[in-house]
Amino acid sequence: MKRHLLVVAGLTASATVLALGGCSSSGTGGDDAVTITYSNFISNDGNEENLQTIVDGFEKANPGITVDVKTLPYADYGTALQTDLAAGTAADVFDIEYANYAQYQANGVLAPLTVADPAAYRPTLLEAYQTDGTQYALPSSFSDVVLYYNKDLFDAAGLSYPTSDWTWADEKAAAEKLTDQAAGIWGDHQPVSFYEYYKTLAQNGGSFLDDSGTKTAFNTPEGIEAAKWLTEKSGTVMPTIEQGQGTPDFDTKLFTDGKLAMLHTGIWVFSSMADVPFGWDIAVEPGNTDKASAVFSNAVAVSASSKHQDAAAKWAEYLTSSDVMVQTRLDAGWELPPISDEAQLDTYLGKGDPANRQAVFDSLDGIALPPVVATGQQEMQDIMTEELVEAQSGRKSVEDALSSAQERIDAVIGG
Amino acid sequence: MTAVPATAIAAEETDAPRRPVPPRPVTGRGPGRRSRLRYALVVLAFLLPSAIPMLLFVLGPMVAAAGISFTDWNLLAPAKWIGLDNYASLLTDPRTGDVFLHTLYYIVGYLPLVYVGGLALALALNSALKGRTLLRGVYFLPVVTSWIVVALVWRWLLNPSNGVVNTVLGFFGIAGPGWWTDPNWAMPSIILASAWKDLGFVMVILLAGLQTINPDMYDAAKVDGAGWWRRLFSVTLPLLSPSTFFVLIISLINGFQVFDQVYAMTGGGPAGASQVVVQQIYDLTFRYGRAGEASALSWMLFIVILAVTVVQIRGQRRWVNYG
Repeated sequence: MKRHLLVVAGLTASATVLALGGCSSSGTGGDDAVTITYSNFISNDGNEENLQTIVDGFEKANPGITVDVKTLPYADYGTALQTDLAAGTAADVFDIEYANYAQYQANGVLAPLTVADPAAYRPTLLEAYQTDGTQYALPSSFSDVVLYYNKDLFDAAGLSYPTSDWTWADEKAAAEKLTDQAAGIWGDHQPVSFYEYYKTLAQNGGSFLDDSGTKTAFNTPEGIEAAKWLTEKSGTVMPTIEQGQGTPDFDTKLFTDGKLAMLHTGIWVFSSMADVPFGWDIAVEPGNTDKASAVFSNAVAVSASSKHQDAAAKWAEYLTSSDVMVQTRLDAGWELPPISDEAQLDTYLGKGDPANRQAVFDSLDGIALPPVVATGQQEMQDIMTEELVEAQSGRKSVEDALSSAQERIDAVIGG
Repeated sequence: MTAVPATAIAAEETDAPRRPVPPRPVTGRGPGRRSRLRYALVVLAFLLPSAIPMLLFVLGPMVAAAGISFTDWNLLAPAKWIGLDNYASLLTDPRTGDVFLHTLYYIVGYLPLVYVGGLALALALNSALKGRTLLRGVYFLPVVTSWIVVALVWRWLLNPSNGVVNTVLGFFGIAGPGWWTDPNWAMPSIILASAWKDLGFVMVILLAGLQTINPDMYDAAKVDGAGWWRRLFSVTLPLLSPSTFFVLIISLINGFQVFDQVYAMTGGGPAGASQVVVQQIYDLTFRYGRAGEASALSWMLFIVILAVTVVQIRGQRRWVNYG
């Protein structure tokens, strides 16, 4: 009995030691050698090696600094970042999006930055990440959404290709002629979501928020028409949710399989189209009363709690403005570098398919930026998508869905 | 069903004594008191390995959540004390009622299905069936499989356009429903997958219970002229009631906390149709950065579970037969 008791006591003691041992942190050595961590989503799904090229360039130019990269899928990134920030385990440098910048900045988790060479950046992009004259993040890229089309399907239907003069009516007429449900060919695909909605709203002369920025302004005749433009594609010229519409990568796969004639998506999927066995190109997205293309900008920020602020800031600037980055991005067709040097961007135009790369720049003539609110950004986006999908599925009329969305979003962003 | 302590199953399986054997009653002083102290120390030593993690990872966070529930905290900026505001806004928000109703819907659909299914399996595998040991193992396999894997398989099985279930239904001329893409079918899809996964757990508990029933009882009932159904309702079920009670308690607690399958199969959709309490707690915290409100909701859930469990334990005297 005595012996048993000792064994038990011993086991308990070692368990306690183990439990306590887990709390102590292991020290990292090295005096001038610094390892900084970088958490990103921008390289996920195809650009991991391109990011590594930039990391290699940085480490060569800055001996003593090592960059430890962690890549997450876009869908999980926001949750992971928020959790890491709350737990104090955020990376030294991390990706953010334009839409979330304001919220993070207001909560004091972004370190102020001193930019060594501000002239290298496109001024509008750089200014988007300034608050009260202080830089809190650096733009890492920008991209826009264009209309992809399958030339072979257009040829087979005897239709002329989309141009930058197209309107919704032109797109609709072509989509209807191109759709052949019996053969599994669909004319058009546009996600039914918040991201498409604020843009189609702008294409129809509407606006998502009013001037105060704390109330919605989309429940108008223009807003209803824009919502119908999205939801009524489903089941007519676009697959329904039951057929898989809305699941990840469904639309790109349908397009690369040659079963989709037109696709609304970002220029970030150029590389997915590299080996398709049919001709394809892009055009500026059709508008209705106005031209408006979605422009997205990603950025990197240095964590306010980073212990290596200087090294982290160096990496942030290298990642967003170095020549290695510019060349890598242009060669790979991986979104666009946020640089001011137009001459460098010109080389992008001749990099192969799609032939009409000019459309990427022409899209910038009329742009729609995501509506940004001080609190409840994610909730606002989720509610909008949810209500639009209700209308798409026919469970609510478009009018009811928008009224409901208005009421719910106003309650969240009203402050 | 991950929260079930292994010891509970083991105890049922080996039919070990249900109540701890108390030390021999000791009177007087000296050796008696010392041995009682020693007994207490032994008990304490055995409890410590599970008590320490329990304190650190269960009780600690619970107390912290209680504190957080009185604050406005977005995970990033420092928390602000707001008293009972979170509880007040939850009680006036119609979504709170919705998520509790959806959770109740899940429990009401899931519990009878998994109990009757588990009982049927246990009865079948308690008879002298060839290969029953293998079958018991096979039915238990889903219980120890990760929910993420199971959920992905079920999503695929229940795919409205090319899933196995609707394809097979199609052979019989039945147009299958939209399953997890249809708000009316999302919860039934989750219930179906959950009952399938937990069937083996209920089966094992009930099987252990069945094996403690004295075969003489059945012989006596037969002599009295009781048929199969009569024996089931008059002998098996009453004598199985302690195991049934255990299954009910565990399943109800786990039912209120249903999350993994919802997160992986529907994410609470479509249009919030399968949004349950814990999914709402998750979304509030990690999607919307409203940790205070989420903590308040956690505590509301805790109180509901506690109340239901207390009522169950009080009520057991009426129907649980410990023989």
